[in-house]
Amino acid sequence: MKPFTNFRSRLVPLAINNIDTDQIIPARFLKTTSKEGLDRQLFCDWRYDAQGNAKPDFILNQSRVAGAQVLLAGDNFGCGSSREHAPWALTQFGFRAIVSTSFADIFTGNALKNSLLPIRVPIDVHAELFAAVAPDPDATIAVDLAAQTLTTPAGRVVPFSIDAFSKRCLLEGVDELGYILKQEGAIGAYEASHPSPINTAA
Amino acid sequence: MPQTIIEKLWNSHLVEEQAGAPALLYIDLHLVHEVTSPQAFQGLRERGLKVRRPDLTIATADHSIPTTDRSLPIVDQIAAKQLAQLEANCAEFGIRCLGVHSDRQGVVHVIGPELGLTQPGMTVVCGDSHTATHGAFGALAFGIGTSEVENVLASQCLLQRKSKTFEVKVEGTLGRGVTAKDIILALIAKIGVGGGTGCVFEFTGNAIRALSMEQRMTVCNMSIEGGARAGLIAPDETTFEYLAGRPHAPKGAKWDAAIERWKRLPTDAGAVYDREVSIDADTLEPMITYGTNPGMGVAINAPLPDPASVADPMERDSIEKALAYMGLEGGKPLVGHPVDVVFIGSCTNSRISDLRAAAAVLIGRKVNPKLRVLVVPGSQEVKRQAIAEGLPELFRAAGCEWREPGCSMCIAMNGDQLAPGEYCVSTSNRNFEGRQGKGGRTFLASPLTAAASAITGVVTDVRTL
Ligand code: SF4
Repeated sequence: MKPFTNFRSRLVPLAINNIDTDQIIPARFLKTTSKEGLDRQLFCDWRYDAQGNAKPDFILNQSRVAGAQVLLAGDNFGCGSSREHAPWALTQFGFRAIVSTSFADIFTGNALKNSLLPIRVPIDVHAELFAAVAPDPDATIAVDLAAQTLTTPAGRVVPFSIDAFSKRCLLEGVDELGYILKQEGAIGAYEASHPSPINTAA
Repeated sequence: MPQTIIEKLWNSHLVEEQAGAPALLYIDLHLVHEVTSPQAFQGLRERGLKVRRPDLTIATADHSIPTTDRSLPIVDQIAAKQLAQLEANCAEFGIRCLGVHSDRQGVVHVIGPELGLTQPGMTVVCGDSHTATHGAFGALAFGIGTSEVENVLASQCLLQRKSKTFEVKVEGTLGRGVTAKDIILALIAKIGVGGGTGCVFEFTGNAIRALSMEQRMTVCNMSIEGGARAGLIAPDETTFEYLAGRPHAPKGAKWDAAIERWKRLPTDAGAVYDREVSIDADTLEPMITYGTNPGMGVAINAPLPDPASVADPMERDSIEKALAYMGLEGGKPLVGHPVDVVFIGSCTNSRISDLRAAAAVLIGRKVNPKLRVLVVPGSQEVKRQAIAEGLPELFRAAGCEWREPGCSMCIAMNGDQLAPGEYCVSTSNRNFEGRQGKGGRTFLASPLTAAASAITGVVTDVRTL
């Protein structure tokens, strides 16, 4: 993983609540055994018609998304399945952050492990951002992970929360497994004092 | 201090808590399937790591597996490759795989319990959000992403943040035609699909105690649809009775010791939950969803919400959008609405008692010839039991298709899918747009409602048959 750096970007507004992982990437694309090549499948059934042609009225098909790195979505983004294909598809499309009032638990964990920052903002900020991009598609926000702030197009600096561990992993570009494997002593000690109740191989 | 079962499970699996990092939690059982594991095995390979505890890991093929004759080659080459990859990965890393041709193959959340691998007091994970199913045994069971699958394969541990505790109390007696599925659909309709975010549910109350293990699994299965990563039920005599004699259940003196341990798991008197909600079983009706998320559910005879009367603009929009996708009008009930397909299956409702319930409605009757009705057992074991009871003949005589075990039309990855615009009464757990096939429209309901609707060809309250 590359270290997560500050950036400024336009927003891609998607004013829909409860956007589920089956919309982010439909299940029929989960037969892949690789993490790659998922960007075309992002929001596939909203993006393309039955013949596979891009639907011009869907925002991801509009010129304003070129280079945009932030998705602005409705409440409870990422509900549904545990498929990590969802953050893989989002990051391959070019998103680095999602802004919403709330996120589903499993999606949050999956996103953070893929350098995709879920930014939770209060309802008034959420409304302000939608209001700002409606008349001005070129309005930008700034994201500063070290400072944990989002700066709205109007210049309002809004703090957001993230747990200290995930923040460190993102800023340093390291993943969890390296940390976990260093806890070998504690894991071995736990196993020695907790005999397993089962043996799947038996 | 008195503790909830959720806190007891958490505390007993804490490997380590370091300042500045989430807790390290030990995992007792890791279930693996073909869809969310290949990239995790690849990750192990790239780092030169082994699977730490193959003896606590087991794999099966369920999501992309065809439900047609297993002796034939798999037509979908991408699915065939994924299934072959699972077997190859398991062979390479020394994991037992109940693959395409295993006589124990089945939907991952059906086979764990039936093998006796899922036991009270355990932590259970799987790269699948319906892992909460195993919570029915008093286990802390939750879904994880592929990075976490890799973490557990490599270390048998996960970094976790503690969830809030959420008591869902269900008191009373379920009426005729009302099932475990209706309890969980009613909960989700009440609290919404984000209502349990950040929480673990504990289902309590005499209506929960009265449920069989299979019914409890149906309830816990859909915890994720209420936003909770896990949902569980304290173990009791019903739990012990189900487990006794299962292939992986403890035997002899170990069994007695296990029962002693398991009896200490239930929530202590006076323990406090972070949140609580109650559901009255006495007044519960058969539930059905009308929209494009599982929170959009109503009692089967109740009118659908009318967007015009919803105050919140975003909420109104989402109901309008859902009704438009579903081709429905607000303000009218669903009963009587035409149906094209009925699906009886999935990790929510594909166990033997679900098939028996559907069979009891279908016996001596015929399904409406305009309909396609799929009955898909949850596992080879469920299939064997069904055959022993003569259920496949009964379903076929009624005009249903009897299939091989798998996820099938719950997720529509394997070719079992709706055509655009088709309506399906489904016993599965998700009604998202396109979930059962692009453009397909799903009504989630119990096996009783599904069977009743199969006969009439329209959405039907089983109590009126
Ligand atoms: S039956 Fe459906 S919900 Fe259950 S594991 Fe399979 S795809 Fe997931």
